[in-house]
Amino acid sequence: MSKKTEEIPDILTGEYFTTGNLAVAEGSLAAGCKYFGGYPITPSSEVAEHMAERLPQVGGHFVQFEDELASIASVLGASWGGWKSCTATSGPGYSLMVENIGLGVMMETPCVIVNVQRGGPSTGLPTLVGQQDVQQARWGSHGDYEIIALSPNSVQECFDLAIDAFNYAEKYRVPVTILMDETIGHMSERLVIPKRSQVKRLNRKKPSDKPGQQIHLPYEADKDLIPPMAVAGEGYRTITTGLTHDARGYPVINASAQKKIVKRLCNKILLNKNDIIKFEEYLLEDAEYVLISFGISSRAAKGAVNLARNKGIKAGLLRLITIWPFADEAIQEMAKKAKVIFVVEINNGQITREVQRAAAKQKADVYGILKLGGSIHTPAEILKEMEEKI
Amino acid sequence: MIKKESNSMILDAEAHPLDSYLRPGRIPHIWCSGCSLGSITTVVIEAIIESEIDPKNIAIVSGIGCTGRAAGYLNFDSFHTTHGRALPFAIGLGITDPNRKVIVISGDGDIASIGGNHLIHAARRNADITVFCVNNFQYGMTGGQVGPTSYIGQYQTTSPYGNIEEPFNLPALAASCGATYVSRWTALDVRRMKESFVEALLHKGFSFVEILGACPTTYGRRNQLRDGLTILENFKNRTILQHGIDPMKAQIQKDGPIIVGKFVEIQKPTLTDNLLRLHKMAKNVKPEL
Ligand code: SF4
Repeated sequence: MSKKTEEIPDILTGEYFTTGNLAVAEGSLAAGCKYFGGYPITPSSEVAEHMAERLPQVGGHFVQFEDELASIASVLGASWGGWKSCTATSGPGYSLMVENIGLGVMMETPCVIVNVQRGGPSTGLPTLVGQQDVQQARWGSHGDYEIIALSPNSVQECFDLAIDAFNYAEKYRVPVTILMDETIGHMSERLVIPKRSQVKRLNRKKPSDKPGQQIHLPYEADKDLIPPMAVAGEGYRTITTGLTHDARGYPVINASAQKKIVKRLCNKILLNKNDIIKFEEYLLEDAEYVLISFGISSRAAKGAVNLARNKGIKAGLLRLITIWPFADEAIQEMAKKAKVIFVVEINNGQITREVQRAAAKQKADVYGILKLGGSIHTPAEILKEMEEKI
Repeated sequence: MIKKESNSMILDAEAHPLDSYLRPGRIPHIWCSGCSLGSITTVVIEAIIESEIDPKNIAIVSGIGCTGRAAGYLNFDSFHTTHGRALPFAIGLGITDPNRKVIVISGDGDIASIGGNHLIHAARRNADITVFCVNNFQYGMTGGQVGPTSYIGQYQTTSPYGNIEEPFNLPALAASCGATYVSRWTALDVRRMKESFVEALLHKGFSFVEILGACPTTYGRRNQLRDGLTILENFKNRTILQHGIDPMKAQIQKDGPIIVGKFVEIQKPTLTDNLLRLHKMAKNVKPEL
């Protein structure tokens, strides 16, 4: 490594040829992340390795923990210390994290979890691609809650969505998962890192009351259903718990308190779907055959749309960038016009089932074009399966 | 600031001088009568006052269990986390501000069983955390199941024939993993406990204090120790004070001696010291992408 004397900036403005794993790490730093707690796991380890090098350069800390249970707990702790915080893992590690992701939901703790997906279940295919954790990202922790998950399909988008993920986490006080996959994580592409001034950074709301004047109510939500966040050391004597609690943050163990908090935790996300849900449309205006896909699969799907168009088949692509909350409304509209919807994904139909739910009672039939992990679709394979149903 | 409040409160006949250190409206607590947790919490507050640490810089973290409820009663920044994960949560919280004093108050099941891996690693990395671990020899909150601190022959709901497994010796465990301050007291040793709490709070690095607590409800009544006082009396009769002894010699067995004292007090760079050292080292390394 070469030496230079000037201070190293927290955002490396410039053009690079690099991997998705490094891009998501740099995007996190650009978003203002100052803490990473993690545990090595293929195929995500490069995220941790890069953060280990970079965080001390920007005044942050990297700690490698004894396991993923500790990693995510430390991320929540650091967030309550006032630092933007994240971790990165893959399926087995994410499985270990889900309990504390639930704690993050209940305590309303901004944080980001990168899941570079591999094939599962269990140890599965450590070095090969999968998209089998999409439902886990939604339902992995016990109880009812709403959560945000984003899925990049390019190295550039790994960087861009890392910034979005931190901003959503801060704005909505919720853990946000970046659902990458082994291929996106390891492939190299062009990455453009903008100037610092061009990066939009959002921060959690601060309380408006002065600390120590009256009893602070850490879970008194504003009209937008999001409570301002008093972190440790500010003098608010803030209190938080994974137990069902009231506006004071005190445990209240009964059905009405439970209903109140679960509704608010869900609605603060659901009522802001327009802000959170992002998708990309490709040749959809006149499309009769719509492909829905995300992550690496969406690139093969786009190739299949082009092949189909060359053959005169009116195909188009809806690429989900936000996986959770789910783009029900957009898909419902699509299903009113299209003849057939095909969902292209590397799992046994996890998003296909979601699309079938959203498209229920509409005109279009919904089929999955599925792989079970270990390899990505080719456009020709997708087209062949489409043609069988056309 | 807190001190002033408590002084003014002494004038109020209805109030307790430590009221301002307890969260308004949270008392009565959920602990059983005869339980040691109330008096241990009092000692924690007194030690915090005596340490003169700015209350603003104090954060209390606990996991799940009877002891774990302490965080919610204390009027500092307080965090009631998941079962076993108080220590890593506390590490993340602590390293964001070198002036922060993070105190973990939790039980033996939380810290040494489900959270055991985090205990050994927090000690290994000399994280700047003070742990007050209340050992009541079993799982109280869930109704008295056997635990990793139960002695051989101890009767609990899941050891109906008597426990068959060796218990952990917590001071020895913490010390052998690198804790730089280690002591043990019974809930009866209020004066020594407080002195040790103050030392632990002012110690730089990982300080671990085990407090043997009386749990009449789910431990005592299954083991011929009917009430809290009987358990404390039993502790008293068995206690031997031995500062500086190798904690390996302080294993607790049924009816055997209970060795208490300060076993370890050494200075080593802490996790935060070492992390801050990295900032200087990383400064001139050009990032590669
Ligand atoms: S069950 Fe035991 S430890 Fe828990 S509050 Fe009651 S007496 Fe105390």
